[in-house]
Amino acid sequence: MLKYLLEKEFKQIIRNSFMPKIILIFPVMVLLVFPWAANFEIKNINLSVIDNDHSVYSNQLVQKVISSGYFRLTDVSANYKDALQSIETDKADLILEIPANFERDLVREQHSKLLISANTVNGTKGGLGSAYLSGIVADFSSQVRAKWIQVSSATSIPIINTVTQFRFNPQLSYKIFMVPALMVMLLTMLCGFLPALNIVGEKEAGTMEQINVTPITRFTFIISKLLPYWIIGFIVLSISFVIAYLIYGLRPEGHLSTIYFFAAIYILGVSGLGLVISNYSDTMQQAMFVMYFFMLILILMSGLFTPVISMPQWAQYITTVNPLKYFMQVMRLVYLKGSDISQLTTELTALGSFAIVFNLWAVLSYKKTV
Amino acid sequence: MSIVNSKLSIVNSQLSIKVTGLTKSYGKEKVVAVDNVSFEVNAGEIFGLIGPDGAGKTTLIRMLTTLLVANSGTATVDGMDVVKDYKKIRGSIGYMPGRFSLYQDMTVEENLNLFATVFNTSIEKNYYLIKDIYSQIEPFKDRRAGKLSGGMKQKLALSCALIHKPSVLFLDEPTTGVDPVSRKEFWGMLKNLKHQGITILVSTPYMDEANLCDRIALINMGKILKIDTPQNIINDFGKILWSVQSNNLPKLITDLRMNKHVLSCFAFGAAHHVTIGNENFSMKELESYLTEKGHKGILIEKAQPNIEDCFMDFGMENSNK
Repeated sequence: MLKYLLEKEFKQIIRNSFMPKIILIFPVMVLLVFPWAANFEIKNINLSVIDNDHSVYSNQLVQKVISSGYFRLTDVSANYKDALQSIETDKADLILEIPANFERDLVREQHSKLLISANTVNGTKGGLGSAYLSGIVADFSSQVRAKWIQVSSATSIPIINTVTQFRFNPQLSYKIFMVPALMVMLLTMLCGFLPALNIVGEKEAGTMEQINVTPITRFTFIISKLLPYWIIGFIVLSISFVIAYLIYGLRPEGHLSTIYFFAAIYILGVSGLGLVISNYSDTMQQAMFVMYFFMLILILMSGLFTPVISMPQWAQYITTVNPLKYFMQVMRLVYLKGSDISQLTTELTALGSFAIVFNLWAVLSYKKTV
Repeated sequence: MSIVNSKLSIVNSQLSIKVTGLTKSYGKEKVVAVDNVSFEVNAGEIFGLIGPDGAGKTTLIRMLTTLLVANSGTATVDGMDVVKDYKKIRGSIGYMPGRFSLYQDMTVEENLNLFATVFNTSIEKNYYLIKDIYSQIEPFKDRRAGKLSGGMKQKLALSCALIHKPSVLFLDEPTTGVDPVSRKEFWGMLKNLKHQGITILVSTPYMDEANLCDRIALINMGKILKIDTPQNIINDFGKILWSVQSNNLPKLITDLRMNKHVLSCFAFGAAHHVTIGNENFSMKELESYLTEKGHKGILIEKAQPNIEDCFMDFGMENSNK
């Protein structure tokens, strides 16, 4: 019986002119396009330089800034006013003003002042840009100092050199950070929301009623709806692993079986949530809207784009009931850090509870409607 | 013929459906859809629920097919309670909803196969039952159900409802939106099914289809007005019924209703059907009354009452109570 129903579901999915395409194209698009677009690294910042010194050092500094790759020298102004003009015409995002006697002060008095001013209409660009620039300037100044110290090595001053090492993601690449989390988004859409929409669709078409008067049990019917999408979900997940490896050279540090294990529990949870939504919706329109609402909130509060820890306290409380958050953590930890199940017990309990609660709720709310 | 048939079946067979005091209301305002309804359907008869849109026919059928739970009252189908034994009932009834509810993206054959499978049977096993119906759409068996014409959809739906050889068949307005020829054909199929021993409960808003049932229940506003054979209901119509025509029909209806001897007057095609309360009131008198009112081309004749007249009459009596 179940076998025949599954056959019917697959037949319907394949026969649908739209579904097979979206199931294939959607993950590929998400994984190919998103990590490049949703990127917080800022490049190509337009820089305006006011060099009042015209010395060897000021020249070296400007060269160093440009060779960093983050900046593009788009404007050289004679004074600050002209430079501001170029910001207003959008020719420059950032101004670096080197004062007269920059080299002299640096050599004689061991310090000198610089002005960095940024256009922060786009806050991220301005903030990160000036941070990069001051980083480069600091680097430059320590170089200069090191040189002088070598010269007057007799009076050696001990220097503390801080070297930051980024563990698990040495290049701090956003792509590596994003890809595992995007797989979670994919699974949520495919296994949570598609089967629910399918069920509401049957409700709307009246076929659900026709099925209800047959001896098919509710359980069999719902399983016949969920199982195809679970299978599709696992296939898409596997495709995602391949894409992540081929395009981004990303291989999980941990074991794939850990990911599959957590994916199974997660899928159970989100399909439960989908069922709950489908039970309360009579039309596709209703269901779509509710899902859109949940999807938006769940993603924004999952730590996909912004870390949960930097959210306000109340928002952090909300994220504790967000299954997406836990599974994203699992994905990132397994992919980047190589965690195994014994280190992921919090996530395991959380995802397990979601699966139980949502499915229980789905069963109870289903009974109410008939 | 039909009277003899149904009488016979009463004598030699048991009850198929028994409804006692069934009530269902919807929403917070407690809009009553079915109000304390009781009736019995004998095994092997065609029982018609006749009433206008919104009379409560669909709600009643949905309760009997275990899709809805009543607020109060009980009902049994083949001796099984619709609430307690709903699982058993689902295996032994066929239901064809008012709206086409098969999978439109599956072919004719796939739909039939699906319903055969979910009832743990096969097309071959009960093919004899649907042969007459299904053979007409068999040439299109590879066509998707959504691409069929209205009449063919209806035949497919009936085939799917019959494929597991149900003992009782519930048909909710099966002929709504179907052309007159197909309607006639459809009722022919029902007659054949009856001979196979299947009890049929059919609802329809068309009064002219009432004569094709063995027994009917006239239903309006959630209440049953009368249950009997169509012939008995017509015979019981004890009033004088005339059909009246003139050149100005809209004015005619108001003028007729103004006449003190006229009990009721309803539009009936190109004429108005009028019941007369006074036996001594003659057609001549009515004609002169209408001439006075300025009507021309007046034609008054005695009319044969039909189910619609009875329905209107019962409706009147009921609302007067």
